[in-house]
Amino acid sequence: MSPPLLGVGEEEGQSNVALLASSASADSLCRNSSELKERNYMGLSDCSSVDSSVVSTESDESKRSTLNLKATELRLGLPGSQSPGRDPELCLLSSTQLDEKPLFPLHPLNDGHYSSSQKTVGSGSKRGFSDAMDGFSEVKITALLKGIGYCLLLDLVLITTLSLVQGKYRANSEVCAMLSPRPSSNFGLKTGSVLENLGTQSPNAKEVAPPKIVQDRPRAANEPRPSHNGAANGNSSAPATKAQVVGWPPIRSYRKNSLASSKNTDEIDGKAAPGALFVKVSMDGAPYLRKVDLKNYSAYKDLSSALEKMFSCFTIGQYGSHGTLGKEMLSESKLKDLLHGSEYVLTYEDKDGDWMLVGDVPWEMFTDTCKRLRIMKSADAIGLAPRAMEKCRNRN
Amino acid sequence: MRKDRTEMSEDDDRSPPLDLRGADIAESSSKTRNCSGVTGPVAGPGPSSMEFQAPYPDQVLENVLENVLQFLSTRRDRNAASLVCKSWCRVEALTRSELFIGNCYSVSPRRATARFARVQAVAIKGRPRFADFNLMPLDWGAHFAPWVNAMAAAYPWLEKVYLKRMSVSDDDLTLLAESFPSFKELVLVCCDGFGTSGLAVIASKCRHLRVLDLIESEVSDDDVDWIACFPESETSCLESLIFDCVECPINFEALERLVVRSPSLKKLRLNRVVSIGQLYRLMVRAPQLTHIGTGSFRAPESVAQGDPEPDYTAAFAACKSLVCLSGFREILADYLPVIHPVCANLTSLNFSYANVDAEQLKSVILHCHKLQTFWVLDSICDEGLQAVAATCKDLHELRVFPIDAREDSEGPVSEVGLQAISEGCRKLQSILYFCQHMTNAAVIAMSNNCPDLEVFRLCIMGRHRPDHVTGAPMDEGFGAIVRNCKKLTRLAISGLLTDRAFSYIGKYGKLVRTLSVAFAGDSDMGLKYVLEGCPRLQKLEIRDSPFGDSALLSGLHHYYNMRFLWMSSCRLSPQGCQEIARALPRLVVEVFGGENGELHGDETVDILYMYRSLEGPREDAPGFVTILQ
Repeated sequence: MSPPLLGVGEEEGQSNVALLASSASADSLCRNSSELKERNYMGLSDCSSVDSSVVSTESDESKRSTLNLKATELRLGLPGSQSPGRDPELCLLSSTQLDEKPLFPLHPLNDGHYSSSQKTVGSGSKRGFSDAMDGFSEVKITALLKGIGYCLLLDLVLITTLSLVQGKYRANSEVCAMLSPRPSSNFGLKTGSVLENLGTQSPNAKEVAPPKIVQDRPRAANEPRPSHNGAANGNSSAPATKAQVVGWPPIRSYRKNSLASSKNTDEIDGKAAPGALFVKVSMDGAPYLRKVDLKNYSAYKDLSSALEKMFSCFTIGQYGSHGTLGKEMLSESKLKDLLHGSEYVLTYEDKDGDWMLVGDVPWEMFTDTCKRLRIMKSADAIGLAPRAMEKCRNRN
Repeated sequence: MRKDRTEMSEDDDRSPPLDLRGADIAESSSKTRNCSGVTGPVAGPGPSSMEFQAPYPDQVLENVLENVLQFLSTRRDRNAASLVCKSWCRVEALTRSELFIGNCYSVSPRRATARFARVQAVAIKGRPRFADFNLMPLDWGAHFAPWVNAMAAAYPWLEKVYLKRMSVSDDDLTLLAESFPSFKELVLVCCDGFGTSGLAVIASKCRHLRVLDLIESEVSDDDVDWIACFPESETSCLESLIFDCVECPINFEALERLVVRSPSLKKLRLNRVVSIGQLYRLMVRAPQLTHIGTGSFRAPESVAQGDPEPDYTAAFAACKSLVCLSGFREILADYLPVIHPVCANLTSLNFSYANVDAEQLKSVILHCHKLQTFWVLDSICDEGLQAVAATCKDLHELRVFPIDAREDSEGPVSEVGLQAISEGCRKLQSILYFCQHMTNAAVIAMSNNCPDLEVFRLCIMGRHRPDHVTGAPMDEGFGAIVRNCKKLTRLAISGLLTDRAFSYIGKYGKLVRTLSVAFAGDSDMGLKYVLEGCPRLQKLEIRDSPFGDSALLSGLHHYYNMRFLWMSSCRLSPQGCQEIARALPRLVVEVFGGENGELHGDETVDILYMYRSLEGPREDAPGFVTILQ
């Protein structure tokens, strides 16, 4: 952890990420190498959550192209709003303040964007999942990431060099091919750490709440009672949050889910369906299936933290017998150990029935193609490759 | 013992819990009586079984009694009979073949199996209904495991299990499949916790399986080809196979083979993975079907172009006994005409997943004169409901679900549709109606036009919405319902409601058993009216209403008679709940929330869920549940 080494690593990582970003974007848009450079900076300084929220204000058409541009959000196939390449740097540089600013001075607007997007995320989530943002100990992440940071960087350096040598803008398939044979230990670590990382990146991270065992807890109690004259006609600044109360109207989520997905197929060529977009989430070893509404989240990190909350109980359950919890609450640290120590990877099945690592495509594209999610034991996930970009290119 | 008996006698539901045909009931009852003598592995220490084994002076009388009681099929009658005297109680327990447990925590499996020694069919319910709407924290409980463990020992001859809102694990299903060699029926409604691997065990080991119904349950995908696990070699006695809620792909070829070798198959509900082309192949092979749930009602895109499509219409026409149709997921309305040939025979049609508009509906409903049960989406608009009203004179049950279940959605149906239904369908017994706009006049009209209503559930999706024409609260409408519909047993109210509505319910709702309240009332008086006025109230669920401790305490006299009371986001204090718990020791008072399960005096109680129980506090309560004592 000596500073000079770090500095090198950081630079390497940065440039390398840029290259990767460009490799995908270049395909769909510009083949002009001079322009490339500038784009790279954009790609670097924007994080995915910013991407999706900012982009979403644009027309569909432009969204698509922009998204393709940013397509390499994924890089190492990890669910995250930041490229894994940057994660280690972040943590190594500052373990308590997870802020992108120092890293990306080239883009001064970045910070503002980021925080504003965070706000909308907070108010836009209508269900109980995300309302109690669990903070996760940053110290812990650092510890985890320290161990792998160098590995990652080396990895990236290698890729960079290779792609430079080849002198071609190869897309992710190439990258995957190189990455996938990596030993599993490393692989699992990365994923676990990113999951954790996601939890922390929120600006709320400092208000580290005790993890709540009660998931999906109704928030309705805290809602002020609307006045008697047609509350629903009322006013709300954020349309997404408008009039959302847990469990009201009283429709089973199963039913909503079915309708949502049928609507989805109906409008497959048209504009995106409004309303919910439910997908099932399974977890290896967990006795239950859960469903999440992808429309509730605006970035990978929101989804990630929601899933953590949802599934942490199962990892607890592994300690108790038959999933019956003792009356005593498990300590916070135990919970985290389970979730992160056990090396799970978040994967999804796309429209073609292929299993991918979550995070391999921009968020919006992900919500378009994700059919269901599975939290896999990372040992089983070896060989899953973030091939989505390749697919996406084929489609275009 | 006497106390046990009265409390254990479940509240009298009108209908038997299992989907049993009358003939079955009589048959199984008599079989029970003959099958076992007294040698069953009855673990019960209760005096009843002991005395029965010993020579008994009234043996003759008891034999006579047995022969009489076996004809009592409904549990309400049986409960009454068991209260006559000790001897009747004993004989009733020995002749009861169907056990209904309305709340899995109201009695322990041990106690139930000790009293009822010869049970063949069990129905158990777990979580309260509000759990369906994410109002209950996950992992609250209601595990099937202790029940199946107890029954495996006590009822090796068990044939039927019906579970609702229970957590069922794959291990439970395995134990079930291995413990009951003559097992015939498994119905899981709104259950979760199991996956296709559990189903695979059921399919492969229950050789006499007749019914496997999975209804709105969450089944996880374990990548197991469970359909192929039904034994291939022999003829299957399957009569009903319902798996529309199982969302993972199935092995269609295996399903087809299963259908072919199941000559008694009458009910088949497919999941959305099955296309209309595959449905065709199944129908051609099983024209005897009476109930069909289609999968996805469209051809898969891969074959849509070019290939000539099979004659779906002919396949439907060949199903002469078809009376019940459901499914229609991902419907392509172009295919709707293919069901025209069967419409005239249909008594039940479920379009609640079919996004069709008024015109598309009309083309179908026009032919459905015999329809008794109709579920539909509000995409058919008021106009579609008018068409239903004009055609379906026999309609008993109508459910109109929202296609866009949000508070601020458009709401394509309104009082116009409700009014039309009430005028056209005078035999209506049950209605569930989601809308955004409603008027008292329309509700009053329904109360006058449909005197047979037993279930009236109106959900005005926007909270606190008044009569949208007059601006008045909806009190008078619901008041008219309880006043004019003398058979009303179930009521769900919504919209802007003052305490007046509750005073009507308390005054007239003498048969109301189930009441759902959301965002209603203005003071404690509202709840008091109901608790003091509705003697038959069994299930009361309330959310987000301004009812506090004094309202809660006004029901002390009645709580032992109820199955449960749920109150979430009301104005209860921990002290108020504590007081109930102290006053009624046989009541389990569960409170959710609070920090680390500790309640602080100044907080309001987030969720109160209480129910009577013979067993006291349960032992499997998760950390967020505090049971007050």
